[in-house]
Amino acid sequence: MAVLWIAVLLAALTLGGFFAGRMRALQTAGGDPRLLHSLPSYSGMLVAMATLLPALVLYVLLVIFQANPILQIVVTAIAALIGLALSLRLIARDFRARNAVEAGIKGLLIAAASLAILTTIGIVLSLVFNTIEFFRLYPITKFFFGTEWTPSFGGGSELGILPLLWGTLYISFIALAVAVPIGLFAAIYLSEYATRSVRGVVKPLLEVLAGIPTIVYGLFALLTVGPFLLSIFGPAGPTAAFADGGWMHAGTAVMTAGLVMGIMLIPFVSSLSDDIINAVPQSLRDGSYGLGATRSETIKQVVLPAALPGIVGAELLAASRAIGETMIVVLGAGAAARLSMNPFEAMTTVTAKIVSQLTGDADFASPEALVAFSLGMTLFILTLGLNIFALYIVRKYREQYE
Amino acid sequence: MSDATLHDAQPTKRSLHQIDARTKRRNAAESRFKMLGIGAIGIGIAFLIILLSTIVVNGASAFQQSFLEVPVYLDPAKLDKKGNRDPADLKKATTFTYAPLIEKGLLDAVQSAGIETPLSKTKDMKNLISSSAAAQLRDRVLADPSLIGQTVTAKILASSRVDGYLKGRVHRAEIAQDKNITVEQLDLADALIKAGILHKSFNLDFILGSDASDSRAEQAGIGVSMLGSFYMMLVVLVLALPIGVAASIYLEEFAPKNRFTDLIEVNISNLAAVPSIVFGILGLAVFIQFAHLPQSAPLVGGLVLTLMTLPTIIISTRAALKAVPPSIRDAALGIGASKMQATFHHVLPLAMPGILTGTIIGLAQALGETAPLLLIGMVGFIATNAPDGFWDGFVSPNSAMPAQIYEWAKRADPAFYERAWGGIIILLIFLLGMNIIAIILRRKFERRW
Repeated sequence: MAVLWIAVLLAALTLGGFFAGRMRALQTAGGDPRLLHSLPSYSGMLVAMATLLPALVLYVLLVIFQANPILQIVVTAIAALIGLALSLRLIARDFRARNAVEAGIKGLLIAAASLAILTTIGIVLSLVFNTIEFFRLYPITKFFFGTEWTPSFGGGSELGILPLLWGTLYISFIALAVAVPIGLFAAIYLSEYATRSVRGVVKPLLEVLAGIPTIVYGLFALLTVGPFLLSIFGPAGPTAAFADGGWMHAGTAVMTAGLVMGIMLIPFVSSLSDDIINAVPQSLRDGSYGLGATRSETIKQVVLPAALPGIVGAELLAASRAIGETMIVVLGAGAAARLSMNPFEAMTTVTAKIVSQLTGDADFASPEALVAFSLGMTLFILTLGLNIFALYIVRKYREQYE
Repeated sequence: MSDATLHDAQPTKRSLHQIDARTKRRNAAESRFKMLGIGAIGIGIAFLIILLSTIVVNGASAFQQSFLEVPVYLDPAKLDKKGNRDPADLKKATTFTYAPLIEKGLLDAVQSAGIETPLSKTKDMKNLISSSAAAQLRDRVLADPSLIGQTVTAKILASSRVDGYLKGRVHRAEIAQDKNITVEQLDLADALIKAGILHKSFNLDFILGSDASDSRAEQAGIGVSMLGSFYMMLVVLVLALPIGVAASIYLEEFAPKNRFTDLIEVNISNLAAVPSIVFGILGLAVFIQFAHLPQSAPLVGGLVLTLMTLPTIIISTRAALKAVPPSIRDAALGIGASKMQATFHHVLPLAMPGILTGTIIGLAQALGETAPLLLIGMVGFIATNAPDGFWDGFVSPNSAMPAQIYEWAKRADPAFYERAWGGIIILLIFLLGMNIIAIILRRKFERRW
């Protein structure tokens, strides 16, 4: 209940501070606001800020260090009163209250912008500390070069990342094999052939695919695509004769997750490629048409080569999306960690194992739970590397024509 | 003249109207290429149509539920042994006392309707009735003890198997191994439909109700997790909007070009591309392990989603601020406003529609996000209790819509799949609504300078 008391207290003091500051400013000017440097409400705001902000910071610190509630209330109240008294003494006829308030607001804006840095630091620290903890309990070489993934909370687990990485890359590869040709051709058609009205209808339609939450794709993979593929490639399907008992044994497989992830990535690839193809200067196309090339020849021999670095960048961004995707693989790819070439086999990925290792009743100190943080670290570095590389390529390319 | 004319003194006469083989080939290549583009778009749109129609076809039945309407005699001898209608004593009669009364009521209804069936014992009726029916009847009696001794018409939930049979999910051929239903009971269900006792009707409890345990798919609803999502979105809105706007104002209007600003920019663009599951790890490590906030609480979920949505909101807010022409700022500065006043009094109000649009789209993205919620414990339990009071909603364990859908998708009973699809329809309706609001805002307030 300390929170409520402190909220009421601070609100009252801040409001009181505002009116006190305002009144004092008017008093020092003998009731004539024209004589003041700043508008009287700026003086009020200054006092309010001086009352609220230090007290709030102090309160947050007290909460973090888990001081007892009475102490929290008393200390916060005293801090607010001190801030109020000190700032009230500053108010005078020639005091530059507006400048002080604006400096304060600017400080708040900088703090808000710095939250991005804090978040990154938070991510890195939470991954690093737990990863170090994990490598104390489990040898680092066995983690990176182990080909077995058999966690058991009883102990004696094999926690090698290779099967998970293989599953991740295999699924991402299939996803890209679906998304890149479809997305790229759609982008080419939309930017080079389509009329304005067709573009106005088709582009938003494709982007609906991007707005659908991944849990929906996950369910689609598990309940629709999986059983459908099983009916074709499974033991009862028409292809069963080619392989002994069919290639596929369960609905969850690399192919299921890969296909659905590919569908999800189509709009991502197409809208990025679309932007890049549109950035190719019209003069290049005109030059090619002038030499008698057809549209498709122009696209194949002039536009695409010019846009290539950007398109590669877009595919890399899509790949990083695919590697970091969670819900589709959790529901669609299966749970068994395997090193296999058969795309109809169930495999698992880094993200799926992060979920399964951290959602049980596991003890956070055990290597079986801590391994999730080193998996997260691997994932973070992998996707970050891909993103930075992709942005570097895209940016380098953009500068060519500007 | 070039050498070529010398070699070929008499050029073959060719008309442009006559298409030669090479031009034909080039034209064919052209139309092939164009067809590839059309094909790609066709495939993309076909996927969209398949996806949406799968959702509607599978999920629509979740909004219908099978009910049995039977008269139940509330026997005072069993429900109120002392005969004093004292609520404390009435509570002693558990659901095990109520269940036989309902079964008896159904059997009486079967016999009075003249249905011929080999099932003649009250316990044969058990599989037709949801195990939650007794609890619902008990709640009704506890709320109004004067019902005891009367025969009330109860609208009770049919069991999940019967419901599945009516919806075509359970087939006669497949139930040989099923101990929850027999062929005779399905025959009886057919007869009950004819007699008008068993029928399907709109299922409001699916939208407003709470989740139910593994064995009672017919009772599960998404209402409580909808509340969880609501509280999370509240947290995201209250935190992400002001922080995102403040950060964008700084970066767009005040930030000098230096290392620190570059660092912030790089961080924001990288955070926008970090996999969502990593934000879940962050939430687990910082908010739960370090700060000891309660697990499964919408507050923690909201905090994690805030951090995840911030880059989206910042990027769109900056675009909105950038779209306000510099002449507005110059005019304000020219008549003596400070830079801060120019920004807050003139630029920000003009950019507001764009900012709101971006925020709504960011919220929609956060609403559908699942992966980080799994790590902070918003799955794996049954979200049965609505929070008591507004403030409790932030900290009491709850689920969220996407997490609830995931939970249903993982359960063994296929009856839950229908619920999962139905949940998706509700989720998509929310997302559609938010996007439409964003589009309307943009259309209505968009200004071309």
